[in-house]
Amino acid sequence: MSAQDRSVVGSSVVNRTPAETRKIVEAGLRKRNNAERRFHSYGMLGVIVGIAFLFYFFATIINDGTSAFVQTHVKLPVSFDADVIDPKGTNDPQVWAKANYAKLIKNSLSELFPDVKKRKEKKTLRQMVSAGAPFALADMVAADPSLIGETVEIWLPTDDEVDMFNKGKIDRSVPEKRRRVKDNQIVWIDQLNEQGRLQKQFNTTFFTAGDSRDPEMAGILGAMKGSFFMLLVTIVIAFPLGVAAAIYLEEFAPRNRWIDLLEVNINNLAAVPSIIYGLLGLSVFINFMNLPRSAPLVGGLVLALMTLPIIIIAGRSAIRAVPPSIREAALGLGASDVQTVFHHVLPLAMPGLMTGAIIGMARALGETAPLLMIGMVAFIVEIPGTPFDPATALPVQIYLWADSPERAFVERTAAAIIVLLFFLLVMNGLAVWLRQRYERRW
Amino acid sequence: MRLTTIILVLAGIAVAAFFLGRQRSVAVVGGTRQVRKLHSLPGYYGYYAAIWSVLPAFIVLAIWITFADQFIVSNVVNDLPLPYQTMPQSELNLVVNDIRNLAAGNIASAEPAPEIEAAVERYLELRVVSNWIVSLLCLAVSLAGFVIAFFRISPKQRARNKVEKLVRVGLIIASSIAVLTTVGIVASVLFEAIRFFQQVPVTEFLFGLTWSPQTAIRADQVGSSGAFGAVPLFVGTILISFIAMCVAAPIGLLIAIYLAEYATKRIRKTAKPILEVLAGIPTVVYGYFAAITVAPLIRELGNRIGLEVASESALTAGLVMGVMIIPFVSSLSDDVINSVPQSLRDGSYGLGATKSETIKRVILPAALPGIVSALLLAVSRAIGETMIVVMAAGLSANLTVNPLEAVTTVTVQIVTLLVGDQEFDSAKTLAAFGLGLTLLLVTLVLNVVALQVVRKYREEYD
Repeated sequence: MSAQDRSVVGSSVVNRTPAETRKIVEAGLRKRNNAERRFHSYGMLGVIVGIAFLFYFFATIINDGTSAFVQTHVKLPVSFDADVIDPKGTNDPQVWAKANYAKLIKNSLSELFPDVKKRKEKKTLRQMVSAGAPFALADMVAADPSLIGETVEIWLPTDDEVDMFNKGKIDRSVPEKRRRVKDNQIVWIDQLNEQGRLQKQFNTTFFTAGDSRDPEMAGILGAMKGSFFMLLVTIVIAFPLGVAAAIYLEEFAPRNRWIDLLEVNINNLAAVPSIIYGLLGLSVFINFMNLPRSAPLVGGLVLALMTLPIIIIAGRSAIRAVPPSIREAALGLGASDVQTVFHHVLPLAMPGLMTGAIIGMARALGETAPLLMIGMVAFIVEIPGTPFDPATALPVQIYLWADSPERAFVERTAAAIIVLLFFLLVMNGLAVWLRQRYERRW
Repeated sequence: MRLTTIILVLAGIAVAAFFLGRQRSVAVVGGTRQVRKLHSLPGYYGYYAAIWSVLPAFIVLAIWITFADQFIVSNVVNDLPLPYQTMPQSELNLVVNDIRNLAAGNIASAEPAPEIEAAVERYLELRVVSNWIVSLLCLAVSLAGFVIAFFRISPKQRARNKVEKLVRVGLIIASSIAVLTTVGIVASVLFEAIRFFQQVPVTEFLFGLTWSPQTAIRADQVGSSGAFGAVPLFVGTILISFIAMCVAAPIGLLIAIYLAEYATKRIRKTAKPILEVLAGIPTVVYGYFAAITVAPLIRELGNRIGLEVASESALTAGLVMGVMIIPFVSSLSDDVINSVPQSLRDGSYGLGATKSETIKRVILPAALPGIVSALLLAVSRAIGETMIVVMAAGLSANLTVNPLEAVTTVTVQIVTLLVGDQEFDSAKTLAAFGLGLTLLLVTLVLNVVALQVVRKYREEYD
């Protein structure tokens, strides 16, 4: 504000008649109203910028990610040649499992493209089908041995570059040297498309496989299970401990300096950067206690310590919200104080406690930094079966894929983000629902 | 027996003890009709028996878990032939590691010598024996505890008081976990940091201008000493946090002012949760967004106006981090602005001030301590933030304040130093703990100062 209009607001009016004062005020009024309008719109602009960013953010990620839920498949007439699968006629499933299924695909491709003769060209042709396709054939034979000797039309996943091209993410006008799909591959893709042999199908691999170096074979099941085990450990540890601590601090703790210190301590823990918890996990759980590296168990322990303050703080406010009259009534009827708390206060505070726990879990699910410290960034193909097996977590998988150079991993990263955000949405929605459905106003 | 089996068996015993104890309490007074002669409700006698039958056994089990392996290993080592006995401790540790790996069925570092194979066998043997001992011991302790409790049950026994006392002890233990966590954090970071500062002087760490922690394996290689001057990291961290605050502080404050003072109830009710979604998005998602979407955008923009922008510029990380912090600033300041009493506004309006004049001259000064503390908390958030900078900021420690160049931060360096295999006596690994200590101290000081600002300068209006 300028010096002039400060005088309007602040100066004394002793020497002025009311008419003069009014004149001065009216003279500045337009300017002040303009300033008012400007300020109002700045505020609105702030809100709009925030919300616009959010929408831009979601739009980008959905735009990047949805295409990963489909995967280009190619229909190949595969003849399960007995000479290739089981040349000696042993009928042994182990022999079938080890057979050269890549050759079946090779045969089928040369049948489809009889003109391709040169070795190099054959190789580029073969590279269009996913490196995981032979395993898919092996699984089919294991499931249904009667296929041997038959010729079947099978949809097999294509290589990730073909997939990218088919989804329009690789520009065909770019010179051949600067794209990963060769010119002759483009010709073949067009041919296959004309014959209706290329189709985008739902990408089940993405939800049923572990990590892989080949984008078309990579999935998030391993990471999801890792996250699941981790959250399981976290909730089993953090929820009872957090609730117990909240009960103690609200209901039993004497008012003295130690308890004040404890409260300050808990509030400070909630503000410690998450990466510090990773350092704690590394030096205490892994180096000192010799727990296995990369295990969801350790991740869960670290996240439990991290969410504990959140659960305690939320739990305390939930317990505080139960009115004293409930306690007084129970005590008046002869209940002991422990009985009062466990039979009356706790059930009434439960929705609030659960809400706090779910919000804590949602934070734990999205947390990445401490997991990097305790070795959960390893490249792990196996899907973990217990909390002791090496695993990654969903956010760590996102981090790993975001670092991968393959183009197809970009869309898979975004797709994994969509899945992660979906879980977070469900958890937060559950918390909101719990709060609205069960929380009582006294 | 495996650990889980032991725990399951103990749990089964606890359940059985509960029912038996309850039944016994009813039986000692002569049937359900006489229950009022009991001091406590029958269930408490059940709990009493269950606790006695499980708690001591669990303590035994816990002791075994902590010490058994050390005991077995020392036994095995003592049985090794003489040359091993005279080995220095570090080499012996390697041998022990080999034995453990072989016992777990993994591949050891070298083809095992016959005496090592014997040791492995002995190790496995001892483990089986120790498992049996502890299983039987647990079972015996558990049953003994149960029998003691069972025969102690009498009408006059104050079972409820005993159980409740134990419950209280449990509650106290649960609340002290928070203290233990703090102690753990401080101890783990501090000890390793002290080891680091024994190798690298504190002054070099705090004031040195070059950071290149890659120590070579052999002493005669280039850069074998490594340089641990953390100033470039501090500058990088401050630069990125500053950019983030330049985004978050004005936008967050404007949002808070608008929502608290101008917005209708309906707008407030819809806009607030939407903005809070921003706070719920995991940081790794922001990191992806910064690296994949924002970074190319900014480089493109820079190129268009003729500026050279690094692909991992401080600007990218700072901008995205700023967006992440917006809801943090806005919701904290919103609370503060809302807590300014209405009478101040009414007084200002009564003197003829417009709304914006009231906000600028009355409300913001009154809310200033709270806003300052919110901003300090936001800064501490920005400094400790990891994933965005790991994914979007660089790794090379440039000492620059140019936001278009790549800088690295404290958190990025902690991650890069600790991801992958580590040896715990090299300065390189320990440096991460030195940085961690600095980070912990700075965030702690910011938080304490933020609290103090509110406490000291808050005006009491009502």
